[in-house]
Amino acid sequence: MYQYNDFDTAFVKNRVAQFRAQVERRIAGTLTEDEFRPLRTMNGLYLQLHAYMLRVAIPYGSLDPAKLRQLAYIAERWDKGYGHFTTRTNIQFHWPRLSDVPDMLEALSEVGMHAIQTSGNTVRNVTSDHFAGAAEGEIEDPRPIAELIRQWSTDHPEFQFLPRKFKIAVIASEADRAVMKSHDIGLRIVEQDGARGFQVWIGGGMGRTPMVARLLRDFLPRADLLPYLEAVLATYNRLGRRDNKFKARVKITVHENGLDEIRRQVEAEFPRRRAVFSGVDQDWLARIEAAFITPSLSPRDTAAYHAARDADPVFRSWCDTNVAPHRRADHGIVTISLKAHGQTPGDMSAEQMRLVADLAERYGHDDIRVSHAQNLVLPHVALTDLPALHAALKPAGLATGNIGLASDLIACPGMDYCALATARSIPVATGIAKRLQELKIEHDVGHLQIKISGCINACGHHHVGHIGILGLDRGGVETYQITLGGDASESTEIGTRTGPGFGYDEIVPAIERLIFAYLDLREAPKETFLETYRRVGMTPFKSALYDEAAAYAAE
Amino acid sequence: MARAFTPKVVTANALVEGDAVYLAADGTWVRHLCQAELITDEVRADARLALAQAQPTVVVGPYLADAVAGADGPEPAHFREDFRRKGPSNLFHGKQAERAAPQR
Repeated sequence: MYQYNDFDTAFVKNRVAQFRAQVERRIAGTLTEDEFRPLRTMNGLYLQLHAYMLRVAIPYGSLDPAKLRQLAYIAERWDKGYGHFTTRTNIQFHWPRLSDVPDMLEALSEVGMHAIQTSGNTVRNVTSDHFAGAAEGEIEDPRPIAELIRQWSTDHPEFQFLPRKFKIAVIASEADRAVMKSHDIGLRIVEQDGARGFQVWIGGGMGRTPMVARLLRDFLPRADLLPYLEAVLATYNRLGRRDNKFKARVKITVHENGLDEIRRQVEAEFPRRRAVFSGVDQDWLARIEAAFITPSLSPRDTAAYHAARDADPVFRSWCDTNVAPHRRADHGIVTISLKAHGQTPGDMSAEQMRLVADLAERYGHDDIRVSHAQNLVLPHVALTDLPALHAALKPAGLATGNIGLASDLIACPGMDYCALATARSIPVATGIAKRLQELKIEHDVGHLQIKISGCINACGHHHVGHIGILGLDRGGVETYQITLGGDASESTEIGTRTGPGFGYDEIVPAIERLIFAYLDLREAPKETFLETYRRVGMTPFKSALYDEAAAYAAE
Repeated sequence: MARAFTPKVVTANALVEGDAVYLAADGTWVRHLCQAELITDEVRADARLALAQAQPTVVVGPYLADAVAGADGPEPAHFREDFRRKGPSNLFHGKQAERAAPQR
């Protein structure tokens, strides 16, 4: 992966020193909170319900063992021994003291990490496919492009005070594992007439006005990427609504001005931008690409893997759910579930981080990814090493075989931590997972994505959950709205609300009724929840939610 | 008709630690809601909030939160304040853990 050069290292070290002085001035009282807030948010520091929260960037979700070990060290030295992986593939520490944050940033800088632009109205962490470089059907590894965008957007003087935050995702295959069409800009690397370039999608997003991104350019030549992105951002910077925070995202700019008008203005700006790019960006890209060489994978015998599958049904089941096909038949892509039943989705202890760092060294070519679904991925593991890997994960509580199943829920921190939240999401997630474990039905249920947000900002991606849950405050009571039919894949769709919400004590039974309704309605076990919903529509699910609830209440 | 004043406490986050703090009757900041002053008079509420706002090197974002009288001091009137008072519900961290720890 990309390694910092002297410039990067000096830049991050300088930023740490700058922030250290800002924190000292805030504590001494020479900076007011109003003056300090934009400075701390530029450095990923929030103030939440119980403490400060430091959000650390994990560019395109890529980690190596040294980075993960340093995150473990930070978790133990300055936090409460754990971190929380987020839906934007970042990690959050929920308990730092303000005076310790500069030391935490210093420790991050030692391994080429930082918290810059993980907050504020800037270009945020660029995300990508967590199977990048390993997946079948990929044109190329999209991460060098993501890294190019990261370098270009970091501290870009023109785009530090955009109308609102700006999120970019890059993928390079038809399969979308990065929720690309829910980003302000989604880039898909494509090939046309033998040349590489980009599909450019704009105006996707969740939040209070969910929208699926629309195609702005069907083919952008590869070398034009940065000037074109500058043209898009400059257009947004000019047209974006600064008068109303709720209408400030680029999705609203596109909606209000129309896609054609946005395209016209972007295309008008583009030649001016391109004229000042000297080609230095392409030289940089070549250097970045050289740092992303996929490990050379020696051919490995798979007999031991097949023997272990035959001998151990638990191992076999884990492989079937958590190991995805690698582009090499003798390797697999392993997803390590951070969703043990009853555990907080995305939380990981320092000991678990160190173990995964060790295992990535031993079996995974030093490559670790964070997925937007709040799990970790070892993208290059020989099948023959899987039995040993599984055995090592098991005692650490990291061998839950539930990837893609109903207990592999996404949940934001919700009102257990977040100052913006209107209700809790974590206990709803753990309540559903524990109930599924009691019922022992999730393997029968199959692929089902449940996503939970604790407020309308939708960090828990509820709009694109097959079952989405949104926690709200209704008259001083935690209330949960359900949506059905959302889709986070390449066929992105926004879910539809079922009707009135449910109280905190009612939401887990309500989800259970939906799942049993699906089992009754499906034509065959291979028909997924989403396929059944698309075939039968909302009515029978609504009936299960509301009529059955009324029937139980009358008993 | 003006709405009747409902009892309040002054609360904020501590500047350095970041945790929830409450203004006590003696003007000091305390860590637990039950130790806070329950204010039943609007004029005093405004004065106490002004006192809190004048301490930007001690606290961040002071505000008046609805509260009710309980057997052991003020109790939260809203679930958000209940979480701030206790800590998260997924892990035994925050105020609930501090209260359970032996007092030094």
